[in-house]
Parts: sequence; structure tokens; C-alpha cells
Amino acid sequence: MMSKLIFGRYIPGNSVIHHMDPRAKLLLSFYFIGIIFIANNWPTYVLLFAFTLLAIKLSGVKWSFFINGVKPLIWLILFTVVLQILFSASGGHVYLQWGIITISQFGLINGVYIFCRFVLIIFMSTLLTLTTPPLELSDAIEYLLMPLKVVHFPVYEVALMLSIALRFVPTLMDETEKIMNAQRARGVDFGEGNIFQQMRAIVPLLIPLFVSSFNRAEDLATAMEARGYQGGEGRSKYRILKWHGRDTWATVAFAALTVALVFLRA
Amino acid sequence: MAITFKQVEFTYQPGTPFETKALTDINVTIPDGSYTALIGHTGSGKSTLLQHLDALLKPTSGTVTIGDRVITPTTSNKDLKSLRQHVGIVFQFPESQLFEETVEKDIAFGPQNFGASEADALKLAAKMLTLVGLDSDLLQRSPFDLSGGQMRRVAIAGVLAMQPKVLVLDEPTAGLDPQGRLEMMEMFARLRHEQQLTIVLVTHQMDDVANYANNVIVMDHGQVVKTGTPQAIFKDPQWLAEHHLGLPKTTAFAQQLMARGMTFDEMPLTEDQLAAALVKQLPASMLGGGDHDE
Amino acid sequence: MSQIIDVEHLNYRYPQQAADQLTLTDISFTVAAGEWVAIVGHNGSGKSTLAKNLNGLLAPVSGKITIDGQVLSEQTVWDIRRKIGMVFQNPDNQFVGATVEDDVAFSLENQGIPRDEMLSRVAEALAQVDMQDFATREPARLSGGQKQRVALAGMIAARPQILILDEATSMLDPEGRAEVLQTIRQMKADSDLTVLSITHDIDEAANANRVLVVNDGHLVEEGTPAEIFQHGPALIKMGLDMPYPERLKAALARLGVQVPATYLTEKGMADWLWQLRSNK
Ligand SMILES: Nc1ncnc2c1ncn2[C@@H]1O[C@H](COP(=O)(O)OP(=O)(O)OP(=O)(O)O)[C@@H](O)[C@H]1O
Ligand SMILES: Nc1ncnc2c1ncn2[C@@H]1O[C@H](COP(=O)(O)OP(=O)(O)OP(=O)(O)O)[C@@H](O)[C@H]1O
Ligand SMILES: [Mg+2]
Ligand SMILES: [Mg+2]
Repeated sequence: MMSKLIFGRYIPGNSVIHHMDPRAKLLLSFYFIGIIFIANNWPTYVLLFAFTLLAIKLSGVKWSFFINGVKPLIWLILFTVVLQILFSASGGHVYLQWGIITISQFGLINGVYIFCRFVLIIFMSTLLTLTTPPLELSDAIEYLLMPLKVVHFPVYEVALMLSIALRFVPTLMDETEKIMNAQRARGVDFGEGNIFQQMRAIVPLLIPLFVSSFNRAEDLATAMEARGYQGGEGRSKYRILKWHGRDTWATVAFAALTVALVFLRA
Repeated sequence: MAITFKQVEFTYQPGTPFETKALTDINVTIPDGSYTALIGHTGSGKSTLLQHLDALLKPTSGTVTIGDRVITPTTSNKDLKSLRQHVGIVFQFPESQLFEETVEKDIAFGPQNFGASEADALKLAAKMLTLVGLDSDLLQRSPFDLSGGQMRRVAIAGVLAMQPKVLVLDEPTAGLDPQGRLEMMEMFARLRHEQQLTIVLVTHQMDDVANYANNVIVMDHGQVVKTGTPQAIFKDPQWLAEHHLGLPKTTAFAQQLMARGMTFDEMPLTEDQLAAALVKQLPASMLGGGDHDE
Repeated sequence: MSQIIDVEHLNYRYPQQAADQLTLTDISFTVAAGEWVAIVGHNGSGKSTLAKNLNGLLAPVSGKITIDGQVLSEQTVWDIRRKIGMVFQNPDNQFVGATVEDDVAFSLENQGIPRDEMLSRVAEALAQVDMQDFATREPARLSGGQKQRVALAGMIAARPQILILDEATSMLDPEGRAEVLQTIRQMKADSDLTVLSITHDIDEAANANRVLVVNDGHLVEEGTPAEIFQHGPALIKMGLDMPYPERLKAALARLGVQVPATYLTEKGMADWLWQLRSNK
């Protein structure tokens, strides 16, 4: 169970990337997704790949994790790419035409570009989650949502919910595995048989999982109240985020990348 | 049904940074008809070993022979059902696996998965409920309306309903009060005789090992470090302490007496054994008057 | 000694219960500051319900609860919760923080303690339970004994006057249990802590100055461990195991040996046997 969920998990490390401020990492990852759309020719895509691969190299995380990040999505990507190839506006040399289906030079190139975009986005977001503990991400989100306090958005509560949810992920995964094992021992085959049989096998898993999650939630609420939690107001914070020189440098690097992309694009 | 491990190794999440080797070179047999206790410090690999008894986990290398089935690293996940019918596992806090609307349906769930007709399964459910010492009024109740101890008995009935030959119990008395614990342990001893079961019990309670088991497997750091009768295992308190294990209360008390100079021909494990050994050493004047006390 | 807990005629019923039923009936007792009191009773007798009434997690139907001179009411409940630390049975369900140190800091954050002070108190508390090396670990990946020690560190950091343990050791192996009890003894030695421990464990109850026995929502007995342990086989009904000397006495009696009626500690039992044998 756990092993299948390697994608998106934090891998402890000591690199520059690991030590960056999570706010910088989060914002720059979003920014990166934005500037991917500036790229529209070979030099720009090559530059983006070079930049991404350099970042991965700096993080010291094994390449295989990034490949594994792409794997589960490969069919979705290929499907989109094929659609793009078959149905995009024709242009350049036409290799094949059949009804509304056209395979043209432009279509092919566009397909390849789309493939590159997917891979870049997945690599960069995988890099973010592999090098940032979930808790730091939720801190960063809390910080970035802070302006919404003006419109009475419950920022503290949302952030606490998020961090509790994150904290319960491993517990719930263990729980799921335990219940699955208990039901397997009673003769349930998960993931076998036709759709109807598979759906039926879910019930003995879901009901106990709900029941135990409710019990856990109730226990947790009791424990929180007993420890004096009365909502976000008046709380102090144990965790603080620090912006370092490396975060400024990373921002500068992204700015330089943007400038280069603008110059190189067709 | 005997279960034999040959050079079994098991690694969780191999090939990832989270790789954990949980079992190393396990060679051990659980004899047919035995009451085997599996003991060891937390994290020593007991639960991992236990999941191999039912092929819920398959060895990373080596073989596990369950009755006449041989499980190897490449055994397919299909047709393990006949095996799972013969080995019933009661996991820790089994009440957390209950899900049906009624107690009856929940107990009948296992047998139906193994091909019993609904009518047969329901009949079996009624029988199993009495077997675990619950009243048949409960059959139509929701399992979620019962007390913790009752829920646990229902879950155990659900495993017994598959009519296994081997019953595996992972800390079955955790969280119960002493009365509930005692009743539960007595129930397993009774079931063992009534149903001719082989029992494998994972426990931290050395008194339960002394009172009920006839074979003990001691694990530490993913290895089996000793097997033998309770007598043989509890003979060496120092060795047990090195493996983070305690003694049955009687044996610990007998050690105190021995420190003062008393001797015993055989290390006593239960209070009845100790009492019998003491009676031999006490003055005759103390005997015979007990009737007034009782 | 002043009374830090004073409960008078407490009655409690859960909202879904019928009006003529009570989960706790007319419970009255006091606990002196610095005392260690064990609360015992079989499963479902109402021990956890009682504990949750003490810090206002549940509101009684009637009765008066006074904690450290403050009468429990809606106005005082948050003050009172600061004075009481509670550790629960299932270590997995009481962690709020995603790392050990975050969790230990949780009560302090709630009290609005400045960050610098928090840092030192968290570090101190973790050192006291010998978990300083685990500060940045996920609680879910610790052993049971370690989890409960982290929960205790959360209490140490918050510096409560009263510590309530609701079967805090029941999910642990004997070694984890011993670790936790040792930590509590240490905490008591370091400060004038009052401890209320709900337990089925005879060794834990033996640590107490006084034992309260709850049965079906009634407080049926109170006494020193020695007084309570004298009940022999009846202890099982009270949700406690029999102390070992009592078990051995019963076994000897079955073989016709005349045994003393008074409660003997293990040492007392060993002395008695040794003396008998020497008289032979
Ligand atoms: N799903 C899992 N993924 C990775 N490692 C695991 C998993 N389950 C157990 N382990 C590791 O395998 C080792 C053996 O664990 P196991 O649960 O078999 O021990 P145990 O003897 O049953 O302990 P306990 O007495 O605490 O129940 C431990 O180091 C544990 O951390
Ligand atoms: N949230 C609830 N709603 C309704 N009834 C409850 C609730 N919690 C407990 N009860 C009932 O109140 C009674 C006392 O329960 P309580 O949990 O206080 O017992 P306990 O002495 O702590 O038992 P254990 O030793 O099992 O922890 C039980 O009959 C129980 O079923
Ligand atoms: Mg285990
Ligand atoms: Mg309770």
C-alpha cells in the first residue's frame, strides 16, 4: 500500500533545494508552470529541460523517482498527445488525411510540445513534494492565504485542518492496509473479478474505515479540547518560516530564465 | 495442519529509501495441534511473520509450507482462498473489521466468501455466536451497538465461522479488563479442544504463555532466536531480559525465593505449580487446615 | 494538605440516554494536592466519563466540581483545562502535530506563549522524557511507549497541576508500560504534581496512594492499595487483576495450606514462606 504511494512523498535530504523556504518553493513552482507556456520552439524547451534537470541534480534525489512520477499518468498524457496530433489545426506537410483526422507536421510538433509540458510540470511538482515536508507546505499555504484574513476567511483553522489531515495520512494508510488484510483473511479478493464484484468488495473496506476514522476524529477533538484549543485567535506559533539568501537567488534564477525564454521564443 | 518456514526473508518496500528488512533467515515449524506462543519485543517481526501464515504477505525469498501448499516469492495471488479458509487470523482489535448491518450477517460473511450458501452461513453464524459465549438474541442487533468486548467476540466468531484448522491470534486481549482477558483466554483453550485447532498466539503477557502454550517461538530483530517449551524458554531469565522479555509472575516470584536459598526441581511457571512445589517443602502442620479457610 | 480536586454529588447522563438512566450516579470524592490516586473499574463502568467531567469535556446533570479552588463552570472551564493535563489510551488519536516537537508545542500555542519560551519549554520537556533525538520525527512512526512519552512531554511542557491518565499504558508492552510509569514517577518527583490514573493494571494501581473503585457509575469503595488488594478474587470484578501474592495464596489454599487472611506484599509473602520453611 505505502510502497505504491512513493510518488508525492517527502524524501529527507540535505540539499540546497531541501533547505529552501517552502513559500519560495511553492510560489516558484507555480510560477514555473506559468512560464512553461512562454516556450514555443526547440531552444525554449531545451532551456526549460536544462533548468529542470539542473534543479533535480541539485536536490540529490534519484532520477528514478521522477520517472516513477510520470508513469502513473502516462496514459493520460499519451491520450492528450494523440488527440493533439490527430485533431489539431493542420499546417506544414500533411502526412495523412482521413475524414476529420489529419496528421500534419504542425500537429506532430504540437504533440511533442504538449508531451514536454506535461513532463516538465510533473518533474517540477514532484521536485516540490519530494523535497518539502508536507508540514512545511501547509505552513507555506497558511502564510500565502494570510491576506484572506481581511475577508474573515478562517486561515488558521484551514491551516490546522490541513496539517491534521497530513498528519493522519500515514495512520489512515496503515489502517486501510490492516482492514484489507483482515478482510482478505476472511476470503475477500480485492481487485479481482468483474466491476460488480470489485465494487462489492469495497463495502467491507469502506464501512470499517469510516467508523474508525470517525472514532479517531472524535478522540482527536477531545484531546485538542482537553489541551486548551479554542480556535485560532490568541494562539502563538511554534513554527516560523525564514527567507534566506538562497531563496532570493532562486528567485533571481527564475527571473533570468523568464528573460531568456522571452528572447528565445519564436 | 503444520506450517513450516524455510529460509524465509521478508523486506518491506524493497528498492525504495523506505526499505525495511523485517524477517531474516526464518527456519521454524509450527507443529500440527500445538498451542504456539510467538513472543518478542515490539518491532521484532511477529506481525510480519503472522501474515505469512495466511499468505497475506509472501516471502521475499525462501518458502512457507502451509499444510500441503507451498508459498514461494512467485506464488500467484489467485486461488489462495482454500488456504485462507484453513488458516483463520484474528488481527489486533478485530472489532475494527466489522461492517454488516447485523451480527448474524457479519459472522456469515466469511463462509459466504468461501462458497457457503446464505442459509448454511446463517446457520453457522448462530452456532458460532454461542461458541464465543454470546447470547443468540444478539444475532439481529447491529454490531456497532455492542460493547467493546462483545464486538470483539463477534469478530472472532466471524473468523471461526470459516471453520479454520489453524487459529492465529494477534494480541487478542489488548484493551480488555482482567475479567474479559481471562474469559477470552479460557474461551480459546476451550475452542482448541472442541474444534481440534492449532493455535498461534502473539502476546506480550508471559503469564498467558505459561498458562496456555505448549510451544514458544521467540523473535528478536526479525530472527527466530529460540524455540522450545515454555519450561525451556523461561529457564534463563537473564537471556530473556537481554531480549527485552519478562518472566511469568510465578517464575519471577520463584526467583525471589531462590535468591533466599529455596530450590525447585523444575522452574515453576504457574501459581499452581509453585504451590505444589512449596507444599512439598512446608511443614506438615500447615496442611490439612485449609478446609476452614475455603 | 489542600484539596485540589473536590467532587460533590456528581450525576452524569449522555444526551442519548433515557431520562431515568445515569452513567455516573452521586459521585463524591476529594484528592489532595500531590496525591496519586488510581481509579479502577471494569470496562464500561464509567471511568473515562468521570475523567471527562473533571475538565469540562462533558457537563454534569448535577453536582459540583471544584478544581484548585475554582468551581467548574462555563467561565472557568478554560482556566481549569490549563491546570489539568490528560493522556489518553490510544496514542495514535491524541497527536495534533505532524512532528513530535510540533505536538509538544500544541498546548503552549493554545495558551499564546511567546515563541522563545516555547522553544525552551519544548526542548526541556522532550529531554525529560528522553525523546530529544526524536523532535523532528513523525509521531505515527514511533513505538507505542515512545508515543505515550511524547504525549507526556506535551503535558510536561504545559505544566499542569493535575495529570489524568486514562489507561495511558494499556496499549503498551510491559517494557513500554514500565517506561511510562517511570516517567510519571519522575514528573511527580520534580514537581508537586497530582496524578489521577485510570487503569486495569495492578502494578500501576500499586503505585497510587489511594484507589477509587467505580462500578456501574457508582463509587463503591476507596482505600489504600493494600486495603483494596485485600479483596482477593473479588478484585477481578472490580476490573483489576489479583496481586500475585493473593493468587499464590489462593493456589496454596486449594492444596489445603492455611494461609494468612491479611494482604501480603510480594516481599511479605516471600518472608512468610521462608519463615515457614525454616520452622520445618
Ligand atoms: N507496512 C510496513 N512498512 C514498512 N515497514 C514495516 C511495515 N510494517 C512493519 N514494518 C517494520 O517491520 C519490523 C517488524 O514489524 P512487526 O510489525 O512485524 O513487529 P511486531 O513484532 O509485530 O511488533 P509489535 O509487538 O509492536 O506489534 C519493524 O521494524 C517495523 O517498523
Ligand atoms: N459518547 C457516548 N455516548 C453514549 N454512551 C456512552 C458514550 N461513551 C460511553 N458511553 C457509555 O457510558 C458507559 C461508561 O463508559 P466509559 O467509557 O466511561 O467506561 P470506562 O469505565 O472508561 O470503560 P473502559 O474500561 O472500557 O474504558 C458505558 O456503558 C458506555 O457504553
Ligand atoms: Mg505486531
Ligand atoms: Mg475508558
